[in-house]
Amino acid sequence: MKILIVDDFSTMRRIIKNLLRDLGFTNTQEADDGTTALPMLQSGSFDFLVTDWNMPGMTGIDLLRAVRADDKLKSLPVLMVTAEAKRDQIIEAAQAGVNGYVVKPFTAQVLKEKIDKIFERVNG
Amino acid sequence: MELGNDIQFGDLEQVLKDHALQLNEAIEEGNFKRAMQIIHELNLTRDQGLYHEVGKLTRGLHNAIVNFQIDNEGNEGAEGSQISDATDRLSYVVAMTEKAANRTMDLVEVCSPLAGGLVDEARQLRGEWGKLIRREVGPAEFRDLYKRIDAFLEKAEGDASQLSGNLNEILLAQDFQDLTGQVIKRVTGLVKDVEGSLVKLMVMASQVDRYTGLVHDASHILEEKKSSSKGEGPQIHADKREDVVSGQDDVDDLLSSLGF
Repeated sequence: MKILIVDDFSTMRRIIKNLLRDLGFTNTQEADDGTTALPMLQSGSFDFLVTDWNMPGMTGIDLLRAVRADDKLKSLPVLMVTAEAKRDQIIEAAQAGVNGYVVKPFTAQVLKEKIDKIFERVNG
Repeated sequence: MELGNDIQFGDLEQVLKDHALQLNEAIEEGNFKRAMQIIHELNLTRDQGLYHEVGKLTRGLHNAIVNFQIDNEGNEGAEGSQISDATDRLSYVVAMTEKAANRTMDLVEVCSPLAGGLVDEARQLRGEWGKLIRREVGPAEFRDLYKRIDAFLEKAEGDASQLSGNLNEILLAQDFQDLTGQVIKRVTGLVKDVEGSLVKLMVMASQVDRYTGLVHDASHILEEKKSSSKGEGPQIHADKREDVVSGQDDVDDLLSSLGF
């Protein structure tokens, strides 16, 4: 299971990386915005994308749209972990095809729950 | 007609009304020379009022610049303006919080395997100890257990004291809160002052607008605010806003209502 973590704050990437490692996902890579993440996704065989929304360069929602528009990537599970908490935004992300939405600040339990749910659905 | 330097809007409106009536009369009488003269006077009134308000606005701007030392050139160079000072201060906050977060995570990463090792070792030893209690241990195994317990106690003492030391360091790493809190309070004060000055300038500028008859189109500003794709960052008053979720449970409810 290869996971890409996209967030412009290195501390948040590190927190997510540590939480994922606790959940048994040790193969993670990091990118600091959509612009750097997209080519990594296109060239590497990632199984899962965890992305923030608000980032300089390419935002997470634009990255999600780019992923869904890409023939090779369109079925990649995407979890959004973000401080963006407007109802319109959550609906926007859902319409863009997000697989899960976690609002910051979040707990390890919530992250685990959402990831489990995504893979349950993907595998089921 | 005598125009003072300090005409007020009441005066301006009165002047406009009077002149409009006179202009109407003059045109009806066919006195076009008089009509043009009245138009000239009207222009004069408007221009003088405009100059006066632009002057006030300029002075206001100048005061704001002096108050906040935005103008770097007149500031002997070295110190920089209050605004760039505030920017530096906020960058310091970002650097401090990042440093503290990384320091904390470094220590947690050191602690986790220590605690994990103690848990594993203790669990194994408890299994062996159970056997001893049930008298299932032979002399060779007992000698082995004897040594392992001794080694474990030594390791537990060392690791636990390292854990306790690291916990103390994690505690100390939170000292940024005090320092960044002070810095942010100062910047908040400055932002309030700047806002006050900007509001004053806006009031002055709106007087200029009245003289020139300018109408600003605010719709594109509202439009920009509406676009959610850009992101807004954390919501400070989530509990007071209808359009914002108040936590993960709200998000889950919303998504499940959408068929997720």
